[in-house]
Parts: sequence; structure tokens; C-alpha cells
Amino acid sequence: MRLLTHNMLSSNIKGVTNGFPLRIEVEKVVEKQVEINHDFLMNIFPKIDWKAFFDASRVMGYVELPEEAPEPSVLESDLEFLRKFHHALLELHLEEGALVCPETGRKFPVNKGIPNMLLHEDEV
Amino acid sequence: MSSRPELQAPPEIFYDDTEARKYTSSSRIAEIQTKLSERALELLALPDDGVPRLLLDIGCGSGLSGETITENGHQWIGLDISHSMLNVALEKEVEGDLLLGDMGQGLGLRPGVIDGAISISAVQWLCNADKSSHEPRLRLKCLARGARAVLQVYPENLAQRELILSYAMRAGFAGGVVVDFPHSTKSRKEYLVLTCGPPSLSTAIPNGKGEDGESCSDDESSGEEENRTVCISDRHRPRKKQKINKRGKGREWVLRKKEQMRRKGNVVPPDTKYTARKRKARF
Repeated sequence: MRLLTHNMLSSNIKGVTNGFPLRIEVEKVVEKQVEINHDFLMNIFPKIDWKAFFDASRVMGYVELPEEAPEPSVLESDLEFLRKFHHALLELHLEEGALVCPETGRKFPVNKGIPNMLLHEDEV
Repeated sequence: MSSRPELQAPPEIFYDDTEARKYTSSSRIAEIQTKLSERALELLALPDDGVPRLLLDIGCGSGLSGETITENGHQWIGLDISHSMLNVALEKEVEGDLLLGDMGQGLGLRPGVIDGAISISAVQWLCNADKSSHEPRLRLKCLARGARAVLQVYPENLAQRELILSYAMRAGFAGGVVVDFPHSTKSRKEYLVLTCGPPSLSTAIPNGKGEDGESCSDDESSGEEENRTVCISDRHRPRKKQKINKRGKGREWVLRKKEQMRRKGNVVPPDTKYTARKRKARF
């Protein structure tokens, strides 16, 4: 699971008011090279919740991202930042671990890169 | 035809390892799914600006439809309830991220982050809810404003189609059903096209394929083939009573038949001066 997906995921357990973001528990991280696409990055940038993204990247072991989200105009000029953004968003994969609901503490296990988001009967 | 899969078992049980492998290794199924996915992507009407979008594949299964999305240059997140099917997707090393989840339990995504959603042959499973503890609803809050969801469905009957559509309308979606080749039982395909937000010119639904006649909705897919109309079922067309020509089947009959086949969506050689020409006695 990439951080792109993690940034979109939210816990929808019954009764939870804010299930975003899910805390990451890392057991295994894998890096996979992906071709960079500027258009995609510029399009997705406004949708990313930067704080969640920054925290998640730290947990995954990547420390190159700035804590403050830069202005969108920076994306067009700063290639170095774009490369770091791309790397953290699309090239870091959580292979094994868990995602934790911020309110209930319920763990969603991640195996082979696939988070198991199936809710139990009483959580729906 | 054997009983519909939805009536045999819930999807996470029906699609076990054997079935998952069968489904993916069948080249016929793969071809059909690819065609359905391409049509669904077409109906999503994403802007033609070369910018890759983030799409959702609801009921992605073994990633057949996801691969089509990748080929069209977009990123995607896939959701499926079957462990076995997702394992096959892993083996195929699909580009999209996979989630193991139940589409009826809520997609678990933040509102407004997805640029479009497709679902190929999956939503009808919701209509046979096996979990009595909840009423399955497909919640699409994650769609951005103006984004579309295109759900290709195989409704069991008219009632099921009405049910799916009415839930969508009640949830506040604009949209409708696009039917390709409505008169052919074999080629007929239905797509539920939903848009977030109030209906406007941009949410007008494109026309279905394969029927002559007038269209009444806005045609925003310009430059497409001729003869496209939107058409929901038309089973009660009055049959014409033909006078049987005892002198055999002439050129007119042949041309008429070919036109009929074309309307059904079959591949028919073009009509030329050689069509229905009298052959040598040897033939």
C-alpha cells in the first residue's frame, strides 16, 4: 500500500466521527521504483492532507519531506521537491504492518501490501 | 446458462482460489472484462488533457479492469471482498493499490478525493445481501465534485435494475443508465452512470451503442460513430407481419437481414454491388 492510498483511507467504523488519518504500524517497508509524472503530482497535490502525509512518511522511515506544505507554485519550479514528493507518495510501500483507527484503536492488518478493511458485524 | 453466481454463494466464498484462477485464466472472460472496462472509462468522460487521474475500481477482483485503467495512464485504488481474487491481482503485479473490503460497508475513503469510479460486473452482488446485519449501501462520498461513477451491472431482472437506480437517485446522484446494444441478448450491456452534484450540461449522459433512431439527450461525446441512441428495454416492439415470398430470398431480403445483424452489433461485410448476386450453378 502506498502513501497515496493511505492518505485517502479513513476508518468507517460505526460511531467514529473522525477516522482520518489511520496510524501506521510498520513491520516491513519496500521501495519500488515508479516513473515520475509531473502532471499527476500537480493534480493530486491539493487533495493530499499534508500533515497526515508528512507523519506517515516519517513512520515509514523517510525524513526528506518538509513539515510545512509548500505553495502549489513550488511544484512547478522545484524539481528536487517534486522528486521527494513522488518518492514518498508512490514509491514507498507498506508490505506488512497495520493501520490503526485513531479513535477506537482497532487495527486493520496489512499483509502483502493489502490492508484488510473488512469490518466486523458490530462495527458496521 | 448456469445459475447466476450471485445466487450460489456470497462473493468472498464463491471466488475461492479455484474460481479466482478460472476467472482470470479464461481468455474469453478477460476479453469481455477488458472491453467493459474500456467502455466504462469512456463513459467516465475524464478531461482529455493527458493528466493522470486517481480512480477507484469497485470490485476490482483480480485486477483485469485495473490493468485497463493503468493502460490508460491513470492511477487507481481497487477494492474487493475476495482474498483469492486479490491474490491473483498481486501475482499479476498490478499497478494499483489493493484493499480487502466490502463495498457495502462503506468505501472507507475521505470525501472528495477520487476523480472517478468504475465498477465492472460487481455491484449486482450487493443486491443479494447475505449479511443480515446491515443493508448494503454503496456510498460514494469519496467522489470529487463533478466526478462520475460508472457501474457496469448485470441486473438479474428489471426489478433489480430499478432498485439499483432508485437507490442512486435517492442518494442524490444525477445520472441514468446507458445501454449498449439493447436488442441483442448476447451483446447487451448496461452501465449506470452517476455524477456527483446537481445535474447540468456536463452531467448529461452519453448515448448507448447500437440502435438507429433519434436521440433525445445531449451528445457530449462528439466525433463518435453515427447511429447512437439511448434506449432502455424495448422488448414489446410490435412484430411486423411479412408476406412470404415463395420465389426464394432475393437481394432485398438479404440486405434487410444484414441491416438487422448490424443493428444487433454483429460484424457484417459491407453492402456492395456483389451482395446477393446470383452465383454460378456450381455454388
